[in-house]
Amino acid sequence: MSTPETPTDVLRKLTAALATERLRVVDLSQTLNNRFPQIVLPPEFDQCAPFRMEEISHYDERGPAWYWNNISFGEHTGTHFDAPIHWITGRDLPNNALDSLPVQGFVAPACVIDCSTEAKNDADFLLTADRLKEWELEHGRIPAGSWLLMRTDWSKRTDPVAYQNFDIAGQHSPGPDLSAVEFLVFERQVIGFGSETIGTDAGQAANFRPPYPCHSIMHGNGRLGLQCLCNLDRLPATGSVVIAAPLKIINGSGSPVRAIALV
Amino acid sequence: MIEPLKRPQKRNPILPLRQPTLPPGTRSRASKQMAAAVAEGRFELQHCHDCGQIQYPPRDACTRCLSVRLEWKEVDGRGELISETLLHHSNELYFRHLVPLRLGLVRLPQDITLLAYIHGDCPPAPTPVRLQAHLDKSGQAVLVALPPVDTPQMADDRILREMTSDPKFRKVLVTDAKSATGQALCKTLLDAGADMVWAGVAEPWKQPPGFDMLVKHPNITVVPLDLSDARSVQDLSSSIGAKVDILINNAEFHRNTGIADRPGTETARAEMEINYFGLMRLAQYFGPALRARSGEGIAATAWVNVLSVYALSSLPNQGTFSASKAAALSLSQTLRAEMHHAGIRVVNVFPGPIDDEWTQLVPPPKLAPAALAKSIVKALQDGVEDIYPGDVAQDLFQKWRLNAKALERDLWEQ
Repeated sequence: MSTPETPTDVLRKLTAALATERLRVVDLSQTLNNRFPQIVLPPEFDQCAPFRMEEISHYDERGPAWYWNNISFGEHTGTHFDAPIHWITGRDLPNNALDSLPVQGFVAPACVIDCSTEAKNDADFLLTADRLKEWELEHGRIPAGSWLLMRTDWSKRTDPVAYQNFDIAGQHSPGPDLSAVEFLVFERQVIGFGSETIGTDAGQAANFRPPYPCHSIMHGNGRLGLQCLCNLDRLPATGSVVIAAPLKIINGSGSPVRAIALV
Repeated sequence: MIEPLKRPQKRNPILPLRQPTLPPGTRSRASKQMAAAVAEGRFELQHCHDCGQIQYPPRDACTRCLSVRLEWKEVDGRGELISETLLHHSNELYFRHLVPLRLGLVRLPQDITLLAYIHGDCPPAPTPVRLQAHLDKSGQAVLVALPPVDTPQMADDRILREMTSDPKFRKVLVTDAKSATGQALCKTLLDAGADMVWAGVAEPWKQPPGFDMLVKHPNITVVPLDLSDARSVQDLSSSIGAKVDILINNAEFHRNTGIADRPGTETARAEMEINYFGLMRLAQYFGPALRARSGEGIAATAWVNVLSVYALSSLPNQGTFSASKAAALSLSQTLRAEMHHAGIRVVNVFPGPIDDEWTQLVPPPKLAPAALAKSIVKALQDGVEDIYPGDVAQDLFQKWRLNAKALERDLWEQ
């Protein structure tokens, strides 16, 4: 009879696999920089601050031997994490903010659904429950507690104008529809939904019924969000592990995050 | 008749830059008051309260009756050039590239004789002329004798070009070209003969009506510029800073809130970020570049800040906006002090409500963006420092001069 593996045994195998690059680490985060666009709300609302960096000193009279910066940004700037408290539907849930969320969920398996072809042909492409069920036929059931990451290759739009993709009707970017969100939350118990676009909801989601289904239903049920991800094309459909630990901000609703995946 | 100004040649890059020099700038306290009026576009001289004698140059007591009750009043300036001379040499560095220089004595009907630069289109003395007061490169009041009626290329006179910042053949940066005022500025500047306009655009994914015009116009170059971002300002300055002759900072963030009727400071911070810190970032990155080449033939010449008449006295229902503009006014006064060593004119513009989307509920009269743009170009052509375009601004400015405290209370009701 073999002795069960201890946590140390598991971790030893993990670090050995990392050292030999049998396990690789994929960077899922965009660089925080001044040019990266932030979410746009109608001008009558207060806005999320973009990433800004002001030099404190640069080996000069302001500090002769050191270089450092003051940085500022909104909680929802760049590649970032959404906590349930972000949405009004999640405001009364227990442990709903960055400082109280269980840290166990910051490491979770991921399922990646490739919608890059559809998103290329239709900027307003909507992921449906039927499309998810189709995906399951090929890749198996979406495990409870895993991330559902929607690959659209939107992160390859390096021009901020194309990334935002506004016209007079507002923003056009892909996202999940109501059926997909309900399926993931109630029938598959995902830990959260991740996207390459500026929000987890589609660009036109303000006009959906109900509006912003992904924010509203995910967060209303204690689930998480990741957005502005990149390199989803380097993840397998199933079997990767996402590590996305937001900053521990008191009562924080979200935070820029250095998301990585083990593959 | 003076030669029409020709499109200037490109600078020969192997020749050293001509260092900026200034005309002598030391003046008496009384003379500075004359400059203060000229800065606002008025030609004023002291009138003796007791005997009526007009004084020139400005002084502390009447030349005729020794009264100290001297009052500044506007004068018409029509008179006669009674004699003139051609200056061929000067030990003042500034004048060495201006000689030969026509100077003359002008007699006004009010029985005073004044020393003036003579415009190239004035016939030889004796001849009727119009005296105009201008600010010279030192920011001090000087007089220019103009021909009695306008001549076709009058503004091209080289003395006037020294005193003013006419956009003709100059390259201009407009810091927010997307706004209604920005679009109007681009058009008006080009109509006034500007060589080209750099159209600053922040957040290019937000494209308002008219954006296409900016992109397609052959003499407009759209450039990325976000005043809330030091790096963006630095990047643009490193690319075009050494070419900008006139910088017009019209970027503003404008919301309609008081102080206690909306929670939080984020909107107020956003206003300060553009209206105050934005100006400071521009000053830090573009200021040195403009100062360095203010001595060239076609030189950096002016910096315009679009403020608000509510910088003088707060409009409570736009309290945070007023505060940000008051802060910008204070900063702009410092900028003027710092730029004046290089002869760069800083023009402050104090409009009343502009007819745009952030003043929808403000009743008329409101200043049309095109009218504001015209006022700004005219201020550059006239060489003045402070303008108050539109009826509301004029009214509030007069009230502010008469009794700032009373104006403060007047604005409670608006």
